[in-house]
Amino acid sequence: MSAPSVELVDLSRSFGGVAALDGLDLTVAPGTLTCLLGPSGCGKTTALRIIAGLEHSDRGEVRVGGQDVARVPANKRDMGMVFQSYSLFPNLNALDNVAFGLRMRGWNGARRRTRAGELLELVGLSAHAEKYTHQMSGGQQQRVALARALAVEPRVLLLDEPLSALDAVVRVQLREEIRALQTRLGITTVFVTHDQEEALSISDQVAVMRAGRLEQCAAPAEVYADPATSFVAEFIGTMNRLPGTLSADGATVEVVGRRLKVRDGGSRPGGEVAVLIRPEAVRFEVSETGAATVRQAGFRGPITRVTAVLEDGTEVLSDVPSAGAAELVPGRRADVVLEEAPVLVADR
Amino acid sequence: MTSRLPVGRAVVLVMFAAYFLVPLYAAVDFTLGGSRRNMGHTLSIWTGLIHQDGFTENLMTSLKIAAVTVVLLLVLMVPTMAWLHLRLPRMRRLVEGICLLPMAIPAVVIANGILGAFKSWPEAITGSWWILVFEYVVLALPFTYRSLDAGLSAIPLATMVEAARSLGASWPVALWRVVVPNIRTAIASAGILGAALALGEFTIAHLLLLDTFPVWTDQAGQQDGEVAITAAMLILFLSWLLLMLVSHLGRGRKAKKPETSGKKQKVGTGR
Repeated sequence: MSAPSVELVDLSRSFGGVAALDGLDLTVAPGTLTCLLGPSGCGKTTALRIIAGLEHSDRGEVRVGGQDVARVPANKRDMGMVFQSYSLFPNLNALDNVAFGLRMRGWNGARRRTRAGELLELVGLSAHAEKYTHQMSGGQQQRVALARALAVEPRVLLLDEPLSALDAVVRVQLREEIRALQTRLGITTVFVTHDQEEALSISDQVAVMRAGRLEQCAAPAEVYADPATSFVAEFIGTMNRLPGTLSADGATVEVVGRRLKVRDGGSRPGGEVAVLIRPEAVRFEVSETGAATVRQAGFRGPITRVTAVLEDGTEVLSDVPSAGAAELVPGRRADVVLEEAPVLVADR
Repeated sequence: MTSRLPVGRAVVLVMFAAYFLVPLYAAVDFTLGGSRRNMGHTLSIWTGLIHQDGFTENLMTSLKIAAVTVVLLLVLMVPTMAWLHLRLPRMRRLVEGICLLPMAIPAVVIANGILGAFKSWPEAITGSWWILVFEYVVLALPFTYRSLDAGLSAIPLATMVEAARSLGASWPVALWRVVVPNIRTAIASAGILGAALALGEFTIAHLLLLDTFPVWTDQAGQQDGEVAITAAMLILFLSWLLLMLVSHLGRGRKAKKPETSGKKQKVGTGR
């Protein structure tokens, strides 16, 4: 069976007058992984729960393989779901947890044990089949939960911040495993996270949300390099906010003594703005008459993040290759050099 | 840590133990004939009890009432409490208040209230031990509420039910396969308290002129003090037996699990 697409059309939902989702439109292509990314309260979990059928929408549609599933209850939607934590059944061991969905589908004992065993093997936990929840680590529990969700060969896999309760090392390891499995099985997947690094590293498509709406939905590289809005720009990765003056026609902006083109030029009136520039698009050139003073240089292996301060107190971050960072010691004056590329501007 | 605290605890413990055990010991000793100085200990009172008129009949009635009460209580309350926790958490206070009412209302009022409520029901129910089942279900509500509330609060109920639903379980199946096994102990204690109440209740049964084991004990005891004490002890031991059975069942489950929790791997969860 080929994987279906998942489409959200104008999905809306409010709780006690507060809109959690406000007209969300999103398409997840068959067999791909989309991350719903955003700050807490942006509606990403609500969206996932509506897809799963655990929550209803006030307006809009969820289409799976082109079919509206509004009237299909959660237990008939055929979707595998992995929760943030503690969702394994404590009265069952790992194997029986994985076999639960198969049991619900009426598989006989021997067949479902075989299948559950295969799934445990898939997540590398064959040796732990007899263990109960309290005998497993958090990472192992989430692996079992993943195996349990996949055992029934769901049409769609939904993951609700499955890694956020785990420690850093396990988190990185498990997310790579989830991605590898997802690619191998070719299952349409929606992954909710507030961790942008997680989203960027495992997605085919990142959907950045804010206040119940979609800000941008694109491939990770595009979201990072070409953010659609200043919110996306500042939410993903690190951004400098430098004071600048927008020209009257809105097409160019003057920032640290340079004039740069503005993306979406002319979309706002001229005046005082904040110019958004990534640290890797900034260079410091040591100069006695430089406009900035180096305050700190943080070594991060291949790169060094240098923080300098402009005369008005604005901090400027620059990521420089560590090999060339030797001169940039605290107290040294330097010129700020910006990459010649169109920039985004935001309200100051 | 000083050693004074354990000593203080021990004293309190001994005092409490004495308070409970001395009368119990005296009663048991009495039923074994220990009070009659010219005779040794004997089981004759106990064997005599069984041959008393109405003993078996009334004991069976009380056991039947207890069994039906427990079943009805659990069938009624387990789904209700689960639903309350999942869907109407704000109603919990209200329902708790209602469930605690039987503690504040005198038995006479409850007895008459229930008679009134069931007035239109057939005589076969209102005039038989069945009416007592309904009385005892109401009387046991406070204990049942507390036990089940504690049990349901201790598990991640919402997530577990949602996980079961997403795996294809309908509501009743999720309740039966996921919720019930994980609040087993709470259900057992609710059941045991309900059974103990139904086995030992006297006032209402007496008021309604129905024959149950406690009522029979009272009547038999008016002619023969030994029978009364012995019958009371029997009820007590029956309740204990039930209690031990249930706690043993609870423990048996855990013992089945392989003992590896001592050498737990690094746990990657942070709450």
